[in-house]
Amino acid sequence: MQDQAIGVWRLRWRRLRGHRGGMVSLLVLGLLVLFVLAAFPLQAITGIDPDATDLFARFDPPSATHLLGMDEAGRDVLLRLMIGGQISLLVGLLATLLGGVIGVTVGVIAGYFGGRLDGALMRFTDGMIALPLLPLLIVLGAVDLTKLGFSSEFAHSGAAGFWRIVVIISLVDWTSIARLVRAATLQIRERDYVRAARAAGASAFYMMRTHILPNIATPIIVSFTLTVGRVILAESVLSFLGFGVVPPTPSWGNMLNNAQELVTTAPALAVYPGLLIFITVIAVNFLGDGLQHAFDPRSDRKD
Amino acid sequence: MSALVELQDVSVHFPTQSGVVRAVQHVSLEIAEGETLALVGESGSGKSTLGFTMAGLQKPSSGQLAFDGRALDEAGWKAARRQIQIVFQDPFGALDPRMPVSDIVAEPLLIQRIGDAAQRRARAAELVAQVGLPRDALNRYPHEFSGGQRQRIAIARALAPSPRLIVADEPLSALDVSIQSQVLNLMQDLQEAAAARGESLAYLFISHDLAVVNHLASRVAVLYLGRLVEVAPRADLFAGPAHPYTAALLAAVPRIGRSRALPAQAISGEMPSPLHPPPGCVFHTRCPRAEARCRTEVPALAAVGEGHLAACHFPLTGGEA
Amino acid sequence: MRRFILRRLGQTLLVLLVMSFVIYGLIGLMPGDPLDVMIASNPGASPEVVARLRVIYGLDQPLMLRYAHWLLAALQGDLGFSRTHSQPVLVVLAPALWTTCKLMLISFVVSVILALGLGIVSALRPGGWLDSLISLAAFAGISVPVFWLALMMILVFAVELHWLPASGRETVGDGSLLDVVRHLIMPVATLALANTGGFTRFVRASMIETLRMDHIRTARAKGNGEGRVVLIHALRNAMIPVLTVMALSFGTLFSGALLTETMFAQPGMGKMIYDAILSNDFNLALVGLLFATLITLLSNLAADLAYAWLDPRIKL
Repeated sequence: MQDQAIGVWRLRWRRLRGHRGGMVSLLVLGLLVLFVLAAFPLQAITGIDPDATDLFARFDPPSATHLLGMDEAGRDVLLRLMIGGQISLLVGLLATLLGGVIGVTVGVIAGYFGGRLDGALMRFTDGMIALPLLPLLIVLGAVDLTKLGFSSEFAHSGAAGFWRIVVIISLVDWTSIARLVRAATLQIRERDYVRAARAAGASAFYMMRTHILPNIATPIIVSFTLTVGRVILAESVLSFLGFGVVPPTPSWGNMLNNAQELVTTAPALAVYPGLLIFITVIAVNFLGDGLQHAFDPRSDRKD
Repeated sequence: MSALVELQDVSVHFPTQSGVVRAVQHVSLEIAEGETLALVGESGSGKSTLGFTMAGLQKPSSGQLAFDGRALDEAGWKAARRQIQIVFQDPFGALDPRMPVSDIVAEPLLIQRIGDAAQRRARAAELVAQVGLPRDALNRYPHEFSGGQRQRIAIARALAPSPRLIVADEPLSALDVSIQSQVLNLMQDLQEAAAARGESLAYLFISHDLAVVNHLASRVAVLYLGRLVEVAPRADLFAGPAHPYTAALLAAVPRIGRSRALPAQAISGEMPSPLHPPPGCVFHTRCPRAEARCRTEVPALAAVGEGHLAACHFPLTGGEA
Repeated sequence: MRRFILRRLGQTLLVLLVMSFVIYGLIGLMPGDPLDVMIASNPGASPEVVARLRVIYGLDQPLMLRYAHWLLAALQGDLGFSRTHSQPVLVVLAPALWTTCKLMLISFVVSVILALGLGIVSALRPGGWLDSLISLAAFAGISVPVFWLALMMILVFAVELHWLPASGRETVGDGSLLDVVRHLIMPVATLALANTGGFTRFVRASMIETLRMDHIRTARAKGNGEGRVVLIHALRNAMIPVLTVMALSFGTLFSGALLTETMFAQPGMGKMIYDAILSNDFNLALVGLLFATLITLLSNLAADLAYAWLDPRIKL
């Protein structure tokens, strides 16, 4: 039985391999992951502290120990790019997963039960989609956590900054997944194998877990991929504006905090983080496109 | 002959944007233990809706269902679920493409929490053999099978909890003719095997193919526009239909050695929309025998012979058809 | 049709009402409260005085009640006073609204024109080298962080080449049309580029879909020239979903405008909301956010109506 399950995936892998953009982006993403993980050996070997500031080393040019030079606070740029990348990618994945859970739950429930519940949930989703999300994210990012009952100590810690951005992005970016999952659920719900299980007395939960989710996994995967790209962009914007990951923890977004002044003094510092964000997101989007192609049974057709 | 299933004055209505669709109207019907009741009618007659209602997939808008003498309310259904199973028309949509056959066949057992995993697997193997599939089918996926084989898998699934009624919703119409007879024979064999074991298996066989019905059914119920117009033992119905609609249906069946039906007996026109069923007898708009009374008064289902009921003000008598 | 419009208007108002409550609640959760500011200007205020002020300003009351008060006042046209600008919120807001609308509309038109051209060219030969090139560019447009794009533009055109001014609406003392236009080029280009990618992909997909349809094949078979087929027959049908998507993107467009304005120091709504949040100017932030919501909601409403009007299959 395993044999056949692999068969489907092998076919898809073959289609993905035929998609040049998808393959190149897979390679690029692999390299990016290696790059951000290289922070660990680099830190171990050189013993550089990524958060230690050295005002005498501000804007030092690249050297043998500091390959990309020093930033405006005298910190190693390369190491901070690597660690910032870890943070940015992690936020991208976690917020997508969390938002995905919200979106899949809302979508499956709306699609499976239909009727008024569906109407209410979809109206809400449409309302969310229509909103100007960035200002909303900024307000959410500005919320004082102590007013929500968190301790002042936690509210100002780096961990709070990290989890806050994961949560607020996922609270905002679940709508496209929800819509997609709902549409797919509506289709599967009317299949006779779902009816047969219902006639045998299966619960709604059994039906969603056994028949619906496995059969809509494909569009969910594609949608997750595209969401990761959007989330990374959102994180970078928020951190850049000062409402996301807070320094000294680096992220590709907050490394550009002072970029507007840097543009004139040290343009390279304004280029690197943005370029990495750009490359990551474009690779993720191309991968999503490639996956869509690989999962679409019609893509073998010539036209 | 005790009634396994009893429908009393069952109606199913669907509210839609353009009005209420009266899919099934005041149907009372019984299915006896171990018999095959064929439900025939044109598409849109409500026969599938009635089948779904009997399989618990559709709540009746009014009327009562009873199984084995027990009313099918919430609690009644809980007990009856494993006794009533369903086989669908399209064997390609009926099986989850992501499940191996063993899981598909054992699914009703899993849902009903019958046996443990090993027992369920053993039962699946037994069933797969019983419906005439090779043993290695168990570990394969639906897309590897032909339409006929898939329908066998669907039947095996329906058989899994040893039900006493299988609702078969046009189980043959998506299959090639040569395959149809094989599946038909399988269904008959299974019924006989159940009887031989001292159990019983009844079919509600929904079909528009009267030739198949003639081959399989013990009794036949004819549905037109949501209403039951005639119920009779198979031989009686085929020999002497009492309702003009049944007569027209029979006349439209091409038979070897008999010339094509006389034009006068063929029904003309289209079935009216179930959104706006005609008043009186629903068939009067197409009935060659319709009179004034038919346009105003709904005919009741009344006996015209031994176990032979028809809903017609002017039923045909023997030999007229 | 009238019932449809009325129903959608009602929904829009409802969403706006819900959003006003949500935003009101969220603003209350931002650091500090209005009293902090007053206390700051009068460090000698005793705790008792602070407590009394709290009562006077109604800050001790539950959220729902405060919101109801605010809503009542807002409905009577009193939207409050901007602390940082020392002026009524509406007076501050009006010119900013104009600046933002100008920026958004110009960018929107530019990106629609670009997307139509690129999307149609792409759709004519899907898979060809031109299509691949355009697709790559479109992906780049979707994937680029808008604020970084702005930064790079400043780096190239202002810092390195000195072609264009990096910020502001006009040079002080100049203010001629040419000067204003020169100040607008980079913001408009940034915002337009950021949107063109997504639009182009929609136009392309919709055109490919339409060109496959039977009536297009018929038009070809009748001997219509290819240009005529594409422009007259296909484009009209392809435009329906495209228009809807474009109008629905006003929320995204506003988000982009916020960034663009911040980066190029344009005195628009986006920058104003951002500054208001940074400086705890609660009234201004609240009303600004509500106006931003209203703009997007109205554009969505317009999209719905346009869709219903263009597509005869929609029954109203």
